[in-house]
Amino acid sequence: MSLLKSQRGASKITFKSIILALVLFIFTVQAQAAETIKVGILHSLSGTMAISETSLKDVALMAIEEINAKGGVLGKKLEPVVVDPASNWPLFAEKARELIEKQKVAVTFGCWTSVSRKSVLPVFEELNGLLFYPVQYEGEESSYNVFYTGAAPNQQAIPAVEYLMSEDGGGAKRFVLLGTDYVYPRTTNKILNYFLKSKGINKKDIMEAYTPFGHSDYQTIVADIKKFAAGKPTAVISTINGDSNVPFYKELANQGLKAEDIPVVAFSVGEEELRGIDTKPLVGHLAAWNYFMSIENSENKAFIKKWNAYVNKKKLPGGSKRVTNDPMEATYIGIKMWAQAAEQAGTTNVDAVRQAIGGQTVKSPSGFEITMDAKNHHLHKPVVIGEIQEDGQFEVVWKTKGPIRAEAWSPFIPDSAKKVADWTYPWVCGNCKKGKF
Amino acid sequence: MIKQIIKLHSLKGWLFTFSLLGIAIILLPLLNIFAPENSFLHIPDYMFSLFGKYLCYALVALAIDLIWGYTGVLSLGHGVFFSLGGYAMGMYLMRSIGKEGVYKSELPDFMIFLDWKELPWYWWGFDSFIFTFFVILIMPGLFAFIFGYFAFKSRIKGVYFAIITQAMTYALMLLFFRNNTGFGGNNGLTDFKKILGYSLQEPSTKMSLYILTAIVLFIFYVVARFVVQSKFGRVLTAIRDSENRVMFSGYNTLNYKLAIWTISAFICGIAGALYVPQVGIVNPSEMQPSNSIEMAIWVAVGGRGTLSGALVGAGLVNGAKSWFTVAAPDYWLYFLGILFIVVTLFFPKGFVGIFSRLRIKRKGNQNG
Amino acid sequence: MEGFCCCNKKSFYSFKPRLLSLNLKISGNSKLIFALVVFLTMGFFLISTVEANEFENTLKDLGNKSRSKIKLAVKALGNMGNPAAIPVMEALKEKRLRISDNDSLIILNEAKDKGYDALTGQPVELGSLNLRKPRINNAVRRLLSTAIGKLKLFSDDPEIRLSAARDLLKRSSNNLVELIEKALKKETEDEIRNLFLLVLAKEGLNSDDKSKRLQSIKTITTLGNNDFKTILEEVLEKNEEDEFLEKDSEIRDAASNAIAKIEKRQFVKNQAANLFYGLSLGSILLLAALGLAITFGLMGVINMAHGEMLMLGAYLTFVVQNLFKEYLPGYFELYLIAAIPVSFLGSALVGIILERGIIRHLYGRPLETLLATWGISLILIQTIRLVFGAQNVEVANPSYLSGGVEVMNGIVFPYSRIAIIIFVVGVVISIWMLLQKTSLGLQVRAVTQNREMASCMGISTYKVDMYTFGLGSGVAGLGGLALSQIGNVGPELGQLYIVDSFMVVVLGGVGNIAGTVAGALSLGIFNKFLEPVAGAVLGKIIVLVLIIVVIQKRPQGLFSLKGRMVDN
Repeated sequence: MSLLKSQRGASKITFKSIILALVLFIFTVQAQAAETIKVGILHSLSGTMAISETSLKDVALMAIEEINAKGGVLGKKLEPVVVDPASNWPLFAEKARELIEKQKVAVTFGCWTSVSRKSVLPVFEELNGLLFYPVQYEGEESSYNVFYTGAAPNQQAIPAVEYLMSEDGGGAKRFVLLGTDYVYPRTTNKILNYFLKSKGINKKDIMEAYTPFGHSDYQTIVADIKKFAAGKPTAVISTINGDSNVPFYKELANQGLKAEDIPVVAFSVGEEELRGIDTKPLVGHLAAWNYFMSIENSENKAFIKKWNAYVNKKKLPGGSKRVTNDPMEATYIGIKMWAQAAEQAGTTNVDAVRQAIGGQTVKSPSGFEITMDAKNHHLHKPVVIGEIQEDGQFEVVWKTKGPIRAEAWSPFIPDSAKKVADWTYPWVCGNCKKGKF
Repeated sequence: MIKQIIKLHSLKGWLFTFSLLGIAIILLPLLNIFAPENSFLHIPDYMFSLFGKYLCYALVALAIDLIWGYTGVLSLGHGVFFSLGGYAMGMYLMRSIGKEGVYKSELPDFMIFLDWKELPWYWWGFDSFIFTFFVILIMPGLFAFIFGYFAFKSRIKGVYFAIITQAMTYALMLLFFRNNTGFGGNNGLTDFKKILGYSLQEPSTKMSLYILTAIVLFIFYVVARFVVQSKFGRVLTAIRDSENRVMFSGYNTLNYKLAIWTISAFICGIAGALYVPQVGIVNPSEMQPSNSIEMAIWVAVGGRGTLSGALVGAGLVNGAKSWFTVAAPDYWLYFLGILFIVVTLFFPKGFVGIFSRLRIKRKGNQNG
Repeated sequence: MEGFCCCNKKSFYSFKPRLLSLNLKISGNSKLIFALVVFLTMGFFLISTVEANEFENTLKDLGNKSRSKIKLAVKALGNMGNPAAIPVMEALKEKRLRISDNDSLIILNEAKDKGYDALTGQPVELGSLNLRKPRINNAVRRLLSTAIGKLKLFSDDPEIRLSAARDLLKRSSNNLVELIEKALKKETEDEIRNLFLLVLAKEGLNSDDKSKRLQSIKTITTLGNNDFKTILEEVLEKNEEDEFLEKDSEIRDAASNAIAKIEKRQFVKNQAANLFYGLSLGSILLLAALGLAITFGLMGVINMAHGEMLMLGAYLTFVVQNLFKEYLPGYFELYLIAAIPVSFLGSALVGIILERGIIRHLYGRPLETLLATWGISLILIQTIRLVFGAQNVEVANPSYLSGGVEVMNGIVFPYSRIAIIIFVVGVVISIWMLLQKTSLGLQVRAVTQNREMASCMGISTYKVDMYTFGLGSGVAGLGGLALSQIGNVGPELGQLYIVDSFMVVVLGGVGNIAGTVAGALSLGIFNKFLEPVAGAVLGKIIVLVLIIVVIQKRPQGLFSLKGRMVDN
């Protein structure tokens, strides 16, 4: 009996306090300033993708703070609206709708996985929103409402394979295409298959293997790679998704596969992913991106300095160990580019800004002047290949002379080769409607 | 029959239920259309797909309550039935895109990705809505029937049953996740354009879907109410309380459990089919083991063994989730976690339990 | 002075001044440095200055700014046959070579806090120097391996010759043939001779002489392993018109015969490897599930926070590692040992707090523990995320757990996996002892079997509950420690293993530690034998379906206690 009583007492208190907490919340949220431009940030802060996306949220907030410190855009301060779609794809669509319709954001920066982008795409197209997507992806898409600041396959995968086939890269004759079984690896590998064929590589010299999400046991696959690699110089092209990389690399190192024998070039492994790995056994393995933290130029120095200062100021977890990486740079470029375009257009109206973004240039931390292509909504980006170092950084071993134009539709896939992405008037792209103004 | 249905609620109860339905399908849409844009009463468009989503979740909670709350069989795999319904609808929606897809091909875009030249056999027929409609009605129930038949026949109970339903949903998730299985892999089915010829982007289509969902929920609420108050329902409750005694009294509990299990999956499948056009995507993450656990939690939070509890729970948890992910993106998991702990510790009968307790207390006060 | 000996006068490079050959057991240690110093000082008196200069200049080119110059230097050094180049090349390969402003080469030790001049052997004060790193890539590393292998081929230590031979087999090329033939004549060890023969056979396969080719295939048939299968398969390749590229049917027959022989020979080996992979996967599943076998199996708590206990154990390991890095860098390698009690006690403490605070109110309502522990797991995940960040953290393998041992030709068992198997055996034995041989264990079993009765017998059930839950959580913490050695350490770590853990416990039979062991090992082994056939994704699906089927057949798990009770 006494137990029951005490339970009841507790229930009263908790019930009241919950209501109180709720009321307080409503108050704090409603009390917001008025004359600002709202900017949506749509990155998962919980769930499986939080591991990659939280840094993008942080760098976006940093960029917004930087712009605000210089007086904002069009004389108004930017107000970030951060939401957490929790790595849940339908929730991405719901949150996107809420950002545009309820919060009336002028622009949204967000998404990481292809599926989250696919999930919000109809929402942005329906409501005529503006999305900046900062991650390397499989291409095969072009939307009137999206600006892609990450790499298309020809800005990452193809140069990397060309490098592996060159003398410097080891003159690989055999390729293992290894990935997590989802659309980015599938499409990338499809493009690479066509590409390798065009370079005279036989089908039997290509091994393709896929693993489920979150796969953590690579014993069999690594042993298979070892067998496959006997006889000819072999390279592994890895599109393994973030979380499975640690077990994969640990297995590689422990089974004694060295970079000098079988180099692995990864498209989803950057500085952030390497933070979770002891990189000493991995020295020499490669990654292809458009930016590395170790690139030396004044622009990048300033970017890293700002980032470190921001991490310290906000006391973000990880502290001095936080690094910058390619998608972070892409986010940063995207925000700067949007701010420039809004200033130029004199308004944050989506249609006007979209018109103004085409041809904008930004001095990027990668050391190049980066231009937004008015036709296909992708950035012209340089391609850099780096070798993993003991300290978890990359040393650049190869880079393009200048930025490369993105090919949204891969010329190597027969069905896409005939497609053109062109968002300049009068809209003749692959999958678009007439412009709205 | 009609008499029996009328008897399901007291007059007050019916009035309350109908007024809720009225608010949902008449008042809210009217407020959307007629209330001025800036007024406090105006319900913006986006709220309707949100409400529609909640109503689908409520339907799922209703289904789980029937099997768990009333029959005592905890399923941690209802995400499967939900997804099967959803995928069936998704396949129809994919087919009705026709040649408007990215590649202007007869085939869905992801098949072009995979270099497939023709439609696999299990996609046949989904051009037709009637066919799809029957698949939605039959598939989830049939799958549940087969699974349930073997499971219940082997007398798998309690935790064991819960865990093998987890294994089931996990296995199906991995299966659908494979690109070669032919359901779009991780991306699932998305980028829908039309349903029955109406554009899914039109607010009016969304509103109609929402109203349809509300009506379907109402119908199934009445059906569920009818089921649990019938003799059949009483046997179910008896099975929950002591299956062996029911068995020894000469009932074949297998049939009862199998029937309610299949009905529950059937309802869940319909919820999935209504859900997909409203959120615009269906993919294997719906079958994540944790998703199915969350569904059971809606019921627990609202109150097991009461139909209203299931509905309230689904609305409450999802509403809280929608709200907190915007208001406190860094801390919302704390609110949710604390909510679950507090509910189990202090309100074992869920939120509905609080109100009934309050009511009893008030009555007690009046009497005293 | 075991590091020295006289060189062989009939050496292949006898026209070059080869005075001393080094016995290089461990690179970079002090003995070696000393040996090098003595070698260089002695050697320079005897070598004619011209050749010494040539060698020295080539050596200096290793630090050249141009990568192609480095490549030429490496090739040249490999052909000069002067083993003095080995430490410098190894330093270059391991990125321990630096170039000072006055172009002298400096070799750093492994900790990179001390250095000595590569030519004079004099220790160098690092602080005052402005050092440059030579830039190398995989192409240079490959050349380095070949060159080092060539130089080591004539070492007196058979171990070194063996590893050199293995290295050369991996990247054999036609211009090695002459050298290998020379080495073969001198070689006495069978194992090394076989490797040499294989190198020759590999090259002989490409020759124009038919009898040589047949001879090569014969050698491969008797000595070759799986790696040679792919090479032989090339002989049987067809062109697009379905004609054999190899016109000679005699060679084709020999090759296909060889493949069959190798496959037969490798079959047992492959199965043994699969068994090991399976045991390793099973031991990992077991470690992940053991804690749950206690909290869920013995106590009946559907502990959804179990995964987070694993995660806590892994994070505690991470914290201990960082403390060692900070305060006891000299003993860093031992951090893992120190982390064992810490992760056990830390997780156990959290478990006890949860049990006291929340779970104890829910005994007898097992399905509701699911809800509460689910809430706990959300809170723990988010707390870790806010404290340590959402990204993975790095837990390094100590050097004694890095790498692996090559048990059979081409099959490597990593040390970390072997260690985990041993560790799990230890944990299982300790739990078994605890439950069977101590009074606490007796009480735990008593409470598990009949709570009321145990309570009547004067057992303080609430204390037993507390300890049992603490034990389960602590064991989960140990599981986390082990997982940190092979995979990610991040906030979502637990979510990755929770479903698998439940499967293992239920498959084995709830309330039965032996069942859990059997369940985990059979799942692991089955999975690994399936994977080569069905692929990773489909394999996992088949395993799950099988679990469902097994539970249909044995509804209480593989190892259930049989009884006649209707209710349990």
